[in-house]
Amino acid sequence: MIPELGHFALIIALAITVVQSVVPLFGAARNDAAMIAIARPAAYAQLFFVFLSYLALTYAFIVHDFSVLYVAQHSNLLQPLLYRISGVWGSHEGSLLLWALTLSVWTAAVALFSRHLPDVLMARVLSVMGLISIGFLLFMLFTSNPFERIFPAPLDGNSLNPLLQDPGLAIHPPMLYMGYVGFSVAFAFAVAALLGGRLDATWARWSRPWTTVAWAFLTFGIALGSWWAYNELGWGGWWFWDPVENASFMPWLVGTALIHSLAVTEKRGVLKSWTVLLAIMAFSLSLLGTFIVRSGVLVSVHAFATDPARGVFILIFLCLVVGGSLALYAWRSETVSSTGSFKWFSRETALLLNNVILVTLAVAVFVGTLYPLVLDAFGLGKISVGRPYFDNMFALISAPLLLLMGFGPFMRWKSDDPTRVRKSLSVVLAVSLALGMVLPFMIDGALKVGAGLGLAAAIWIGITTLQSYIKRFRSASKIPLAFTGMTMAHLGVAMFVAGVTMVMTYEQEKDLRMEPGSVYEMAGYEFKFLGTRKVQGPNYTGDEGRIEVWRSGELIKELNPQKRVYNDQNNPMTESSIQITLMRDLYSALGEPLGGGAWSMRLYHKPMIRWIWLGSLFMTIGGVLAVSDKRYRRSRVAKPGVVKVQLAAGSRP
Amino acid sequence: MVKKIAPLALFIALAGLFLYMLTQMNRGEYNPRDVPTEFIGKPAPEFALPDLLEPNQMVSSSDFRGTPWLLNVWATWCPECWREHGYLNSLAKQRGIVIVGLNWRDELDKARQMLAELGNPFARVAVDKESDAVMDWGVYAAPETFLIDAEGVIRAKHKGAMNETVWQKKFAPHFETGT
Repeated sequence: MIPELGHFALIIALAITVVQSVVPLFGAARNDAAMIAIARPAAYAQLFFVFLSYLALTYAFIVHDFSVLYVAQHSNLLQPLLYRISGVWGSHEGSLLLWALTLSVWTAAVALFSRHLPDVLMARVLSVMGLISIGFLLFMLFTSNPFERIFPAPLDGNSLNPLLQDPGLAIHPPMLYMGYVGFSVAFAFAVAALLGGRLDATWARWSRPWTTVAWAFLTFGIALGSWWAYNELGWGGWWFWDPVENASFMPWLVGTALIHSLAVTEKRGVLKSWTVLLAIMAFSLSLLGTFIVRSGVLVSVHAFATDPARGVFILIFLCLVVGGSLALYAWRSETVSSTGSFKWFSRETALLLNNVILVTLAVAVFVGTLYPLVLDAFGLGKISVGRPYFDNMFALISAPLLLLMGFGPFMRWKSDDPTRVRKSLSVVLAVSLALGMVLPFMIDGALKVGAGLGLAAAIWIGITTLQSYIKRFRSASKIPLAFTGMTMAHLGVAMFVAGVTMVMTYEQEKDLRMEPGSVYEMAGYEFKFLGTRKVQGPNYTGDEGRIEVWRSGELIKELNPQKRVYNDQNNPMTESSIQITLMRDLYSALGEPLGGGAWSMRLYHKPMIRWIWLGSLFMTIGGVLAVSDKRYRRSRVAKPGVVKVQLAAGSRP
Repeated sequence: MVKKIAPLALFIALAGLFLYMLTQMNRGEYNPRDVPTEFIGKPAPEFALPDLLEPNQMVSSSDFRGTPWLLNVWATWCPECWREHGYLNSLAKQRGIVIVGLNWRDELDKARQMLAELGNPFARVAVDKESDAVMDWGVYAAPETFLIDAEGVIRAKHKGAMNETVWQKKFAPHFETGT
C-alpha cells in the first residue's frame, strides 16, 4: 500500500509541476498577477509530494518490502539501517528519485529565499525549473519506476557489493546531486532573463549566491568521492579519470568559470551573454553527465545497469532542454549586449582569460572522454585515452591559469597599469619560481622541472592570495565575507596543487615479501617487519603484523595491519594500518602468509596526499563563506543597469 | 550572428552523434562494454588461489593447459551473475565446456550455497578475496568471462552476462577452429 502511495504521490507531483511551469509562464507573458502568483505555492506543493514519494521508497527499504522490485534488487535482510536508507539512491531508479527530490528542494528554496525578486522574473525562474522537473518525473514514471512490484515476492533480496557499504560513499551521491542540480538555478535565471530580454547586473547578483552554493556542494561531493576511493579501494589512487568522474568534473570546471564571470557581470555589467552561455553550459553538462552515466553510452568501473531505451529518452530530454535554451540564446542574446567597456589590461581581461582556460579544460576532458566512444561507434577501432593524455593535457592547459591566479586579485577593474602590477608582483614571482625549483632538490637531491613548476605555482598562488588579503585588510576597516571566501578558496587551490605535485612526483608503492626481521627502506623511512601475532577481537580472530617504522635511528611508529576472520563468515578482511600526518601517509597492509612467518605486504608512501582533500575542503568553505556575505541578504538592490563600483581589491591602490 | 548560433549548431551536431551511437547500440552493432583487453592474444596471467569447495587445495591457472577453458568472474552480490548462471550450467553440461569460476570478494558460505541451489557449472572455483587475480586480469566488474586456449593464451573476453548470442558471436568460433 505504501509503495502505491509513493507512486501516486509522484504522479500528483507531476501534475502540480505541469501547473507550476505552464501557468506562470503564460502569466508572465500576459502580465497576469493571478497566474504569476501560482508559481510559488506550486513549488512548495511539488516539494511536498516528491518528498512524500521519497519517504515511501525509504520506508519500503527500512521494512524490507521485497515485493518492491527495486528494494529486492538492492537490499537484503542483513543490511544495516544506514545502508538501507542510503540504498534508496544506490541504483538507477532511486537515484533519479533523489535527483527529482533535490530539484524540488532547490526550487522551493528559490521560492522561499528570493522574495525580493520581481514577481515576473520569479514566475519565469520557477517555471523553467518546473519544466526540468517535468522531464525527470516523466522519465521516472515511464522508464524507471522505483515502485514497481514483483510477484511472488522473494524472501530475501540481493546483497550489495560489500565495497559499496561505506558511509563516505553513502553521502557522496547526494552531495554531487546538490551540486549538479544546483546549477539548474543559474540555468533557470539565465533562461528567464533571456525570455524577459532584461539581463543586467542585478540578474547576476541574484544568481550568484545560488551558483556558488551549488559549486561548493559539487566541490565537496567530488572530493568526497576521491577520498573514498583512496581509503576504501586500497589502490592508493585518488583520481582515475574514469568517465563517471569526468562527468562530474566537467560541470565543476564550467561552474568555476561561471562563478568568476558572474562576478564580472555583477560588478561591471560586461560579458553578459558569455555568462548566460556559461550558465546554460554548466547545467547542460550536468544533464549530459546523467545521460552519459545512465544511458550506457559510456562504461566505467561504476557499473550501473544501463538501458538504451532510457538513453533515447534522456537524449530527447537533453535536446529539449539544451537545444531549446541554446536556440533561445541564439534568438535573444542580442538583446542582452553589454553596456560597459574595459581596457585589455584589466581585471575583466584576467577573469575572461580564466574563463577561456577553464572552458578549454572542460572541452579537453570532454574530448578525452567521448573521442574513443565516437571512434568506436563509427567502427574506426577501439582506442583508449588513458591517464597520460589527461595528466599531461591538464598540467599543460592549467599552467597559465595558475599563473593568472596570482595576478587576478591584484588587478583593477576596467583598466590597470602593467608597470604597477609588474612592480608589485615580479619579486614574488621570482621568489616562488626559485623556491619551487629548489624544493625538489632539497627533497631528494635531484632537479625536477615538472615538480618544481608545480610547487612554484602553489607557492605563487599562496603568497599572492595572502598578499592581496593583507593589502585589503590594511586599506579597509572591514573585509566582506565574500572576499575572505575567495581568499580561502584560492588558498585551497594552492594546497591542492602542492598536494597533487608532491603525490605525483614522489609517491612510492611497493608490494613485497617480508620475513620477520627484514627491513625495507622507502622514502627515508625504514620499515622493519617484526613478524605477526595472533589477535582475538570481540567477533573475530586474526593475525596482526608488527611493522616498526624508523627514521634516522628513531622509532616513529609501530604499524599494525591486520588480517581478520570474522566468526560468522570465513571471509578474511584486510585492515590496513595508515599513519597520517599532514606531510605524508604511511600505508601498510598484510597480504597473504607465505610460510615460515613471511608475508606478502603492501607499503605506500604518499607525501602530502592529505593536502589534496584539505585544499578541496578549503575551496568548499570558501564557497560557503562567500555566500554568507550579508550583501546577498539585502532586500532590494541597486537599480538595474547601474553598475555599482565596489571597493574591491585592486580598485584602490 | 554566427557567434550566437555556434553553440546551438555544436550541440545539434553532438546530439546527432549521440543518436547515432544509441541506434547502433540498439541494433547491437556497437557495445561500449566491448572494451578490448590488451590481454587478448597474450598469455593469460598466472594465478594460484584457494579452492572454494576444497579449501585446502589450490586452483592454479596452469592446471588447465592443454584444453581451451573459460574463466568466469562471479560473486553472489552480483545480480547479473545469478541471471547468467543457468546458461553457464547448460554450457558445461550440454556442450562439455570447461569453465573455471573466479569467485570475487564474496562470502564463501553464500557462494557455496548458490552453487548447491542453482547447480555448479564450474570445473573448479578459485577464491579471489583480495582482487589479486581480478586486478591481474584487468577485470572491470562482475560478471566477466574470458576464453583461454590450450596454449594458455587469452582469445576472447565478454563483460556482462553470457548468453547464446554472445557465445555464438565471440566464443564459438574459437572452439570450431580448434584454438
